[in-house]
Amino acid sequence: MIEVQNLSKRFDTFQAVDDISFSVNKGEVLGFLGPNGAGKSTTMKMITGFLSISGGSVSVCGADVKKSPIDVKKSIGYLPEGAPAYGDMTVKSFLSFIADVRGFHGSEKEKRINNAIEKANLESVTYKTIDTLSKGFKRRVGLAQAILHDPPVLIMDEPTDGLDPNQKHEVRLLIKEMSKDKAIIISTHILEEVDAICDRAMIIANGKVKFDGTPKELENMSVNHNSVLLTLDGYPSLNVEKLLGEVEGVDRVELANSESEKVTYRIFPEDNALIESAVGHLVQQEGWVVDAMSVEKGRLEDVFRQLTVGDQ
Amino acid sequence: MGNITAIYKRELGNYFSTPVAYVFIVIFLMLCGIFTFYLGGLFERGQADLQPFFNYLPWLYLFLIPALSMRLWAEERRSGSIELLMTLPISITQAVLGKFLAAWFFTGIALALTFPLWLTVNYLGQPDNPVILSGYIGAFLMAGGYLAIGSCISAATKNQVIAFVIAVVISFLFILSGFPFVLDFFKDWAPQEIVNAISSLSFLTHFSSITKGVIDLKDIVYFVSFIACWLAANIIVIEMKKSD
Repeated sequence: MIEVQNLSKRFDTFQAVDDISFSVNKGEVLGFLGPNGAGKSTTMKMITGFLSISGGSVSVCGADVKKSPIDVKKSIGYLPEGAPAYGDMTVKSFLSFIADVRGFHGSEKEKRINNAIEKANLESVTYKTIDTLSKGFKRRVGLAQAILHDPPVLIMDEPTDGLDPNQKHEVRLLIKEMSKDKAIIISTHILEEVDAICDRAMIIANGKVKFDGTPKELENMSVNHNSVLLTLDGYPSLNVEKLLGEVEGVDRVELANSESEKVTYRIFPEDNALIESAVGHLVQQEGWVVDAMSVEKGRLEDVFRQLTVGDQ
Repeated sequence: MGNITAIYKRELGNYFSTPVAYVFIVIFLMLCGIFTFYLGGLFERGQADLQPFFNYLPWLYLFLIPALSMRLWAEERRSGSIELLMTLPISITQAVLGKFLAAWFFTGIALALTFPLWLTVNYLGQPDNPVILSGYIGAFLMAGGYLAIGSCISAATKNQVIAFVIAVVISFLFILSGFPFVLDFFKDWAPQEIVNAISSLSFLTHFSSITKGVIDLKDIVYFVSFIACWLAANIIVIEMKKSD
């Protein structure tokens, strides 16, 4: 539903977005990840038609954003960064204005507004002025505005920024629930969020795509993924490292920590292979006293840093 | 059309849901009273007309209308709501027109509320009411001219104070260009056509002929095309600067 091809944006001498291509289908949630200033918001602003495109093309639901911007805007619900709204309006009158612009009248309009208020949990503040609301409520007003016309495409710039853990959870549930019949793009720098709601993650740094795949694949890229942490009581033998290194599937062994009577090894597998049982077998064979043993999952933070820090 | 109405309704509603409308109207009416009765000497003149009121109106508008127009776009840009507005399915032209028409209608309301002046002269004598009506039409058109300048300038900056000051200065130039001392400056060296062109750009030239009861097509065309030009510039400015 969203097709982005060779998209670029230049501000004078600064290349904000550099030749990005991707597409998002119905039922998919794509998460943009990246450091601040990486080009996530700029990309979103170009898709929604707020910023002009320097190169490449964007089409949403078959409409080209350059040729028919109004059609594109009709099929998108957009939550801009910081959820701007008209501060001196009440929630109800603001949503009523959005409904007018989206072309709803009469009972249909009323139904849409109430539905959006209910979905974004705004019942308690319906008649309050937006300026007087807390950050979390303001964000939800922005969300209500974006989903009011039940758009096939939703684009949200940091939808959970500034919300407390409960509100974050609610918003994520809402996004998940809506994802069935929509194409959704969110940007975030909370990595757990990608794991929680995205089917696909894209890491952008310096305006370029550094990674495009499932959150699972992202985890696999971590060097620590499926590595085994083994803590032994005392030094049972001088050649522990050598023996561990000879276990099938093991790439290398590192001494992670050693203090008083305990010593911890980190054992890295080859190609993310599962080596836990083979290591266990060796431990049993040699009769070592095990204090703790665990398998590490790849941490998104590690991958994020691997992919984005190197070339800045 | 539906979109223009939606923007228009929101803007107009906004004037009355904030103190802007009430402050503006009260100050406008007070100043109208002061200018008409004290400075204009409505009673002392002994004539049943509203000339003193219409004579001072361009100067009153010079400061009050930029105060009204300064927030039209600068506020949207400062608060970031322009990103919301420009990603809704409306064209820039519709947004510009909706906002302009709301502000223009609002100045119309303020102008209509000066009706006690009209009642006063009708009570005191037999004024030429068609002349007064044409004065009001001229005043309304002139308000549109000031607003179009202000709206365009407001789109060029995030800062309302800058929008106000620049709009006042530009409006002042369009009043000034009809004054003899400005025209004298050009008379000595510029060809007569240029002097006439400069003079015909002035609000005062066109407004004063309308207040005399002569609604000439060329004056109407002047104000309408003046508004259209500034609004066209307004659209271009937003197109260029909306995301700055």
